[in-house]
Amino acid sequence: MERIIFYIISLLIIVFAVMAVSNRNLMRSIIYLLFVLIGIAGIYFIIEFYFLGAVQLTVYAGGIIILYVNSIMLVEKINTPLDLAKFWKRLLAGAITFVGTFLTLIAIWSYNFKTVGVEKDTSIREIGNALLGYGDKGYILPFEVISILLLAAMVGAIVIAKTKKDTKYKEQN
Amino acid sequence: MILGVSIYEILTVSTIIFFIGLYGFFTRKNLIAMLMSVELILNSAALNFVIINKYLFPEEIGGAIFSIFIIAVAAAETALALAIIINLYRLTMSLKTDEIETLKF
Repeated sequence: MERIIFYIISLLIIVFAVMAVSNRNLMRSIIYLLFVLIGIAGIYFIIEFYFLGAVQLTVYAGGIIILYVNSIMLVEKINTPLDLAKFWKRLLAGAITFVGTFLTLIAIWSYNFKTVGVEKDTSIREIGNALLGYGDKGYILPFEVISILLLAAMVGAIVIAKTKKDTKYKEQN
Repeated sequence: MILGVSIYEILTVSTIIFFIGLYGFFTRKNLIAMLMSVELILNSAALNFVIINKYLFPEEIGGAIFSIFIIAVAAAETALALAIIINLYRLTMSLKTDEIETLKF
């Protein structure tokens, strides 16, 4: 049963990812990206990383997509279709990515992964202890670094987005 | 661990997502659309971390932790890049990659 659900989810992910990178309407392609992110959250839920699935749903599907939608509405007219690259460029990019996928898949399928058959749930308590621990399996240093990074990104986004008003837009109107 | 699904199939899915994102990054000519392709690439990397943690080292927790870090870095990167893009749009009234040249001051 889980197997069938996994196949359905991965098929949906691949189809929506192709549509997200090939659709010419920016708003539609952002909604297809939303479906891809929700599908990946579904894979997290199937392999029982519940906390990670929840983070994926709230941060990606809830936060980042809304950020994208807001900025698309701010900058573009929604109905103008996107420019396509030249045909031979698309063909070249398609060929390169196809060959890359092929080579990577050959490398993956020819490697002998030694899978361990242990069933073990990762609870939220365990993740919290690991994030704040400073022992052998502790990750408190990257945790503090990432908090500094988030603070710096927030301050930087505010400083960058707040500029003087003398822009071309004002000159044109 | 999914019953009846080997690690190879999940790694295949994440590889395909990665290269679809790469294709979008090559062919798109709009800054926001290029950033969306980067999101696909980051997601496939995070999925890889989690899958390898679950199938090969189920006693460890590092893969899940670094997946959370990837998501945090992606959120910070998106916020900063969208701030830069909106600012650039105010300056040049365009988001096409071949029309933007105002960073060359």
